[in-house]
Amino acid sequence: MSFINYSTREINCKIVYYGPGLCGKTTNLQFIYKKTAPEQKGKLISLATESERTLFFDFLPLALGDIKGFRVRFHLYTVPGQVFYAASRKLILKGVDGVVFVADSQIERMDANIESLEDLRINLAEYGYELDRLPFVIQYNKRDLPNIVPVGELQKILNPDNVPSYEAIASQGMGVFETLKDVGKQVLKELKKNY
Amino acid sequence: MSELVMYEEEFRRIDEELKRLYQLANAKLVFLVDKNGQLISSAGDTHDIDTTALASLTAGNIAATGGIAKLLGQKEFSILFHEGEKDNIHISLVANKVILVVVFDQRTSLGLVRLRVKKSTQSLERIFEELDKKSSIEERDKGLTSPFSEITDEDIDRLFG
Ligand SMILES: Nc1nc2c(ncn2[C@@H]2O[C@H](COP(=O)(O)OP(=O)(O)O)[C@@H](O)[C@H]2O)c(=O)[nH]1
Ligand SMILES: [Mg+2]
Repeated sequence: MSFINYSTREINCKIVYYGPGLCGKTTNLQFIYKKTAPEQKGKLISLATESERTLFFDFLPLALGDIKGFRVRFHLYTVPGQVFYAASRKLILKGVDGVVFVADSQIERMDANIESLEDLRINLAEYGYELDRLPFVIQYNKRDLPNIVPVGELQKILNPDNVPSYEAIASQGMGVFETLKDVGKQVLKELKKNY
Repeated sequence: MSELVMYEEEFRRIDEELKRLYQLANAKLVFLVDKNGQLISSAGDTHDIDTTALASLTAGNIAATGGIAKLLGQKEFSILFHEGEKDNIHISLVANKVILVVVFDQRTSLGLVRLRVKKSTQSLERIFEELDKKSSIEERDKGLTSPFSEITDEDIDRLFG
């Protein structure tokens, strides 16, 4: 649910990074945080366990600039990936305006990718949203590793509808901003359609 | 999806109500957040406080306790209270869609905060009702005031460089 404030002239939107545990969601946000100017960002909040696994969510507010006198802010969230955090994952999706699905390209993580994508659809449906109608981008992460599934195959399995997708090495920053820009644009264009 | 839209007039009234609550409850800080974690407005000394982060965490807190309530088979908790060493936090739901947070210390009392929150909640609920009506009327006469009526796809592309 975006929040348009005519009084303070702000547009706020919520983007959620979804995906299986350890696929690199938090790493995406950390890179974005590192590379944006101080005046464009708030604190990166991580509710994590002692071993740095996301417990509830990571949160990063970003103000990328103005459009026609309105300040555009994106609130980026990640979900905890582990299966047993299902309830928390669902809570974070509430009111989402756009979704990034981060897939782990490693062969042994394919089942986890498929399961997480299915989990995403089910959770969205419970709020009455459909993934096919939401601004949506898929990121194929960890392209630097040796044991990875070719992109063509990933596309076939995870992206039959051919939504925008990007190869990434989040730990080095590759593909991170491309992904963010795409979903951000889609969110604003969707808002424009509805107003 | 239902968007929250805020207009000048209602924003001013919300702001005034928060200021009133801040003064009458003798609070340190009062703020209003939507359930998705976006700060709507605040009153009091927010100087060295990261209100954006505060808003997001508050909404997470409400969402989590709401989830717990559901598991226990009961309605959402409408009031949460956290007692700290120096500061206490009173969190409550308004119109089932926004979250009112009052931070206070020993200069006031939980009783007074409760009472003033109750009163302000009634006023705020009225404002949000009107806001709802207003945005559905605006929705009908689309395009008149929307920032998006003037925004082109090129503007959007340009924002992202
Ligand atoms: N080799 C490699 N490692 C990555 C990449 N992206 C993230 N990682 C690592 O994968 C681990 C899990 O990342 P994290 O962002 O915490 O995963 P999350 O559970 O999705 O939030 C960390 O050790 C990261 O450094 C990548 O593109 N390549
Ligand atoms: Mg994480």
